[in-house]
Amino acid sequence: MIRILRQIFRTGIVTNQTPQFDDPKIKVVGINLDDSVKKRFRRSLSVREVDAGSCNGCELEIHAINNPVYDCERFGIHFTASPRFADVLLVTGPVSKNMEVALRRTYDAVASPKIVIAVGDCGCNGGIFGETYASLGGIDKVIPVNIYIPGCPPTPADILNGFYKIFLAVKNPVMI
Amino acid sequence: MKKLAHALKSAFGEDAKADVNSNPVTLTVPVERFAEAAKTLKDGSAFLCAEWATDDTESGRGFCVYACLREGGEYLIVKAEMSSEAAGPEFPSLVTHFVPAYRFERQIRSLMGIIPRGHPDGRPWIKFEDWPEDAWPLRKSFDASKAMTCSEGQYLWLEAEGEGVYEIAVGPVHAGIIEPGHFRFQAVGETIINLEERLGYVHKGIEKRFESMTWETAVKLAGRVSGDTTVAHSTAYSMALESMTHCHVPERAQWLRALFIERERIANHLGDIGAICNDAAFAFMLYQCSRLKEAMMATNHRLFGHRFMMDRVIPGGVTVDISVDAKKEILSELDFLDENFNMLVRIYEESSSLEDRVRSTGILTSKLARELCVVGIVARASGLDVDCRVHNTFPPYDSIGVNVPALTAGDVHARVWVRVFEIRESMRLLRRILKTIPSGSLFAHCNAVLPDTTGFAAVEGWRGEIIYWIKSGQQGEINRCMVRDPSSVNWLALEQAIKGNIVPDFPICNKSFNQSYSGHDL
Repeated sequence: MIRILRQIFRTGIVTNQTPQFDDPKIKVVGINLDDSVKKRFRRSLSVREVDAGSCNGCELEIHAINNPVYDCERFGIHFTASPRFADVLLVTGPVSKNMEVALRRTYDAVASPKIVIAVGDCGCNGGIFGETYASLGGIDKVIPVNIYIPGCPPTPADILNGFYKIFLAVKNPVMI
Repeated sequence: MKKLAHALKSAFGEDAKADVNSNPVTLTVPVERFAEAAKTLKDGSAFLCAEWATDDTESGRGFCVYACLREGGEYLIVKAEMSSEAAGPEFPSLVTHFVPAYRFERQIRSLMGIIPRGHPDGRPWIKFEDWPEDAWPLRKSFDASKAMTCSEGQYLWLEAEGEGVYEIAVGPVHAGIIEPGHFRFQAVGETIINLEERLGYVHKGIEKRFESMTWETAVKLAGRVSGDTTVAHSTAYSMALESMTHCHVPERAQWLRALFIERERIANHLGDIGAICNDAAFAFMLYQCSRLKEAMMATNHRLFGHRFMMDRVIPGGVTVDISVDAKKEILSELDFLDENFNMLVRIYEESSSLEDRVRSTGILTSKLARELCVVGIVARASGLDVDCRVHNTFPPYDSIGVNVPALTAGDVHARVWVRVFEIRESMRLLRRILKTIPSGSLFAHCNAVLPDTTGFAAVEGWRGEIIYWIKSGQQGEINRCMVRDPSSVNWLALEQAIKGNIVPDFPICNKSFNQSYSGHDL
């Protein structure tokens, strides 16, 4: 136990300073939120991640925003186990034919306002996998998307930048 | 002649014809003797690495089925041609001799429409029940650019009946940030009596996609078969192409590839150790390990321009060099990693509550491991010391030498401990590479691909042996690219290792295997 404590104190706080926000790469289609919703969103955002067919590169970077260096929880971003609790769907793609139904059902299970973020080049437009018998292309071929984060894969800072767009809409006091 | 080839030659005589120009040795046998050939090789203690089919109907021939086997350092491919006249192409199934053939052959039947005669399971694999029945994407006549019209269908799950038996269905969308797949447990009380996996959710048609690309651009796709293994996959693809075109990669480029592969290995193993401990509620380790992993990722980004070093390995060489300053930076980072990692390992060893969860959990016995022909970390935790860096060695591993751990317990702890050992060994390799990396160019041009040739490569990624087998068509284009990620064989082992464990131990077992869904589903 003493070694654990020593290692914790020796490590100290490794969290990066807030990354540079407002990346021009990230496209926002529009987030329309009620004032009542905005009020409730101010310091918390529950996110459900769905891999709709990615190569798992984007998943690694989504993991990385949870690591102590990027520590997304300091902005109130919390990954939840069920779409029922989620405000945001963070979807990586392309949408494979075999995941189409599961993605639709997950989307249906999310409570409104159902903000959807498409992560990665494949999530934005199908990327290298394109549109074929097995790949339907970008996430917006199946469900409506609010925010597009390009990159192969996007870096953790890029992904946090995508979330920043939501915080702009709700005026999150921690991030803005 | 090597052992396996000799054994098959002497048993089959004129019936086993050697293809002179192929690497590794390829022996063609009559299709009705295909299973018999596999049996002969199994008696010579061979493992089945992969089984796949090609469609040569465009060039006036029929379908071909291939099996790749390994014994020690020797790879052998057995090929059988099916007559183009036959209405429904068939071949005798290998499943009675080799268990991994079970899924390979279901996949061949689903995607190529060839029947493995005598296979006990007629359910499709990767192809879902709502696909049109005659959709065989790997056939040349299939138009991959068109969307499929789908219908209703039902997958026939294995069922268990009896007093107190219940089922738990999990997935495809899981609770964590992981890839999709479906697991169905049959349990009595807390004890799992059977697990059935159903994969294929992330099937993106990668093998078919290869056929529409050029040899140079396809390396990008290879790097995205499984994002966490991007370096090893693009190296394996590149080496297969280099073997096909007899390209001589400059020595410095080969050493840099090894440097990237070992960095990828350390980063992923660190992530895994943290995640396994986290599944035993030891979150301290997750955050410490992910901090070390993040340091490596950031260094990759700074020195090589990409956090995972994607697209840094290309056919003929690599695209980035390493400067003197970069060497120093990696060396000092290694010292930092070493110091912290050793402390974490010590804490891991001293935590009895953690030990309680990882010891004797999810045991894959040596006997089962052998039968299932598993590879990589899973194999090395269950008494099989298979490692391509040793048995199919290539520069610089041949001159540096690699120490391969082989543990026999086969439990979660053994799989953690193999990773611990490998991280330390990879650090040694990195230091050695940085010290003695030869100077020279980074890239050599590959010759144009000749029509109707094949290439092969086996590379040890962090999960295990990755195999690429490529074949050119009449115009020298990509006719077939067979990808065998270690996950394709190791997924079967998880089903076996979980039996008799309690349901709450599944996440930790699954994490200790940590197989790729994308690499399996393709």
